[in-house]
Amino acid sequence: MRKFILKRLALSVLILFCVTFIIYLLMRCLPASFVESRAMQLAVAPGAKPYEEWLAQLNAMYGLDKNIILGYLGWLKDFCTGNFGDSWKYTVPVIEKFNDTVWLSFIMGAISFFFEIIIAVPLGVIAATKQYSRTDYAISTFALIGISLPSFFFATLLKLFFSVKLGWFDLVGLVSRNYTQLTPFGQFMDKAHHLVLPILTLTIVSIGSLMRYVRTNMLEVLNADYIRTARAKGLSERKVIYHHAFRNTMIPLVTIIGGSLPGLFSGALITEQLFGIPGIGYASFYAMVIGDIPFSMFYMTFLAVLTLLGNLLADILYAVVDPRVRIA
Amino acid sequence: MAKAKQIDASFTPVTPDEQYILQVNALKKYFPIKDGMRVVGQVKAVDGVTFNLKRGSTMGLVGESGCGKTTTGRTILRLYDDKTAGQVLFNGKEVYDLSQKELRALRTKMQIIFQDPFSSLSPRMPVGEIIGEAVREHKLVPKAEFNDYIDQVMDNCGLQPFHRQRYPHEFSGGQRQRICIARALALNPEFIVCDEPVSALDVSIQAQIINLLKELQEKYELTYLFISHDLSVVEHISDAVGVMYLGSLVEYGSTEDIFRNPLHPYTKALFSAIPIPDPTIKMNRIVLEGSIPSPANPPKGCKFHTRCKYCMERCKQETPVQREIEPGHYVVCHLYDEEGAAGETAENV
Repeated sequence: MRKFILKRLALSVLILFCVTFIIYLLMRCLPASFVESRAMQLAVAPGAKPYEEWLAQLNAMYGLDKNIILGYLGWLKDFCTGNFGDSWKYTVPVIEKFNDTVWLSFIMGAISFFFEIIIAVPLGVIAATKQYSRTDYAISTFALIGISLPSFFFATLLKLFFSVKLGWFDLVGLVSRNYTQLTPFGQFMDKAHHLVLPILTLTIVSIGSLMRYVRTNMLEVLNADYIRTARAKGLSERKVIYHHAFRNTMIPLVTIIGGSLPGLFSGALITEQLFGIPGIGYASFYAMVIGDIPFSMFYMTFLAVLTLLGNLLADILYAVVDPRVRIA
Repeated sequence: MAKAKQIDASFTPVTPDEQYILQVNALKKYFPIKDGMRVVGQVKAVDGVTFNLKRGSTMGLVGESGCGKTTTGRTILRLYDDKTAGQVLFNGKEVYDLSQKELRALRTKMQIIFQDPFSSLSPRMPVGEIIGEAVREHKLVPKAEFNDYIDQVMDNCGLQPFHRQRYPHEFSGGQRQRICIARALALNPEFIVCDEPVSALDVSIQAQIINLLKELQEKYELTYLFISHDLSVVEHISDAVGVMYLGSLVEYGSTEDIFRNPLHPYTKALFSAIPIPDPTIKMNRIVLEGSIPSPANPPKGCKFHTRCKYCMERCKQETPVQREIEPGHYVVCHLYDEEGAAGETAENV
């Protein structure tokens, strides 16, 4: 087990090296150059230096005069020594901006993930045990609607109904206008109030696929021979379903849960955008559009690390839940 | 039984008889064939099976694959939600009239050993739990004696106490089948359906398992319904044999009678295929032409007439009835109608 984990970690470092190089390569090749647009801005000012001079100066300043390989090695050296640099767009240290935005997204992601699981798993189990019944069709239709609805469309519908017609929530933003006058508890409640619709959107659009997944797996297990054995033993239906069938359905679920670890931190670009929530999805999107290399590099490297860790975690959990898997 | 009458006008219910542990009468189990939401036909998996089983005896059920042996076994145990028609009396009580609670209680009395020991054991449960779960569930032994009881059941089936903590995938096929047997036996049943318990095992292991089943039968006075397509195995273990073709029992009698004097043309063909381990004896095999017809659309008249070399005109029109040719030896075939008066007595079976 220990040897396995060490081996996997060593492999992860290698993978990370390749991944970061590719990301750096792509970032440098992006048509949206931060330096060019900045130089253009500065050059139009009255009495300013010409564009070419600004460009050369800025390139030297931001370290873009080096070629891609040297630039990457420079980034790697800084990254490994814990120097993540300053964000070009936000003009603060990358880690500070990241820390400012990621927790909000994490809270949104974690809450919607929690609801996704506690809603989708039981629904999938119910749909599978009552296959082809009305309940099953109702649940499956609901799931299909969730899968098919794009989040921007669903979010707009929610806004129309709850914000415009009913007036229960604000259309956009994380805080109300009177936020600064509220007590700390009031501020907390105000933020929570503003997060209801975004979390609802995230939950509804993600339930469908997980529910379908649980249903399919559960059906496969319910048709297995050992379920017939369990029934022949004279166990109650409850016990057959939850003790025998559901336990075996858990095995593939573990991979899903391991795989969603990066999703908790990556932020929800579209939803955050629509509701004007200053989360990491929002921040990283603008950083990328403007060509903010330090911030984008940090964000994507962070996600790559989480993906690798999530997969490792899923593999370890696999061995925990399935006795047939032994990690050597 | 209103439903039964609707489907089969000639259905006459049997009365419970104490000497039999199991009475199966005109049992039918049809499965719907669905095309989308519509039911477009029925697979007549079991189509009129009648036999009685004495306490402590073994009945072999033979027939080629797809003839409904397994479905018969499972229908008897009510492993399906419903039957299509007929009666299953276990200890004189109709199995399908029981409530869910009564049925669960009855499960301890009638058990099944499945064909495939690889897929019929839950992969996530240790063996001790597989065997003991239902014992605990039905509260068969006091808590204090539970561990000893499981160890003893396992020992009876040739398993070691340290096997309890292991998982099914750590065992060989033969050992897994022992686990299946131990699991069934732990409930202290009276009747066990052995659904091809040895067909997934290799020959040397088959003998061990068969002998184990025989030993256990003597020790605990078990009654077996032994489903198999292996005639030598059936001859070895059974007291009575039923031969199935396309969902129906075509011949039924004591093992001795059937093997000495097979009556039905299908039985004869089946028995001629038993290999004889002596190269000097020339085998006189009866080769059946064609393949088994679809159970969704069985032939009219006698179901076997499409492949029978004695096929007569009336076989294609009239469905033969079960006749008792010698005491306790029944056959369903028009060839034996000439025996006249002797055949008539079989009407009241």
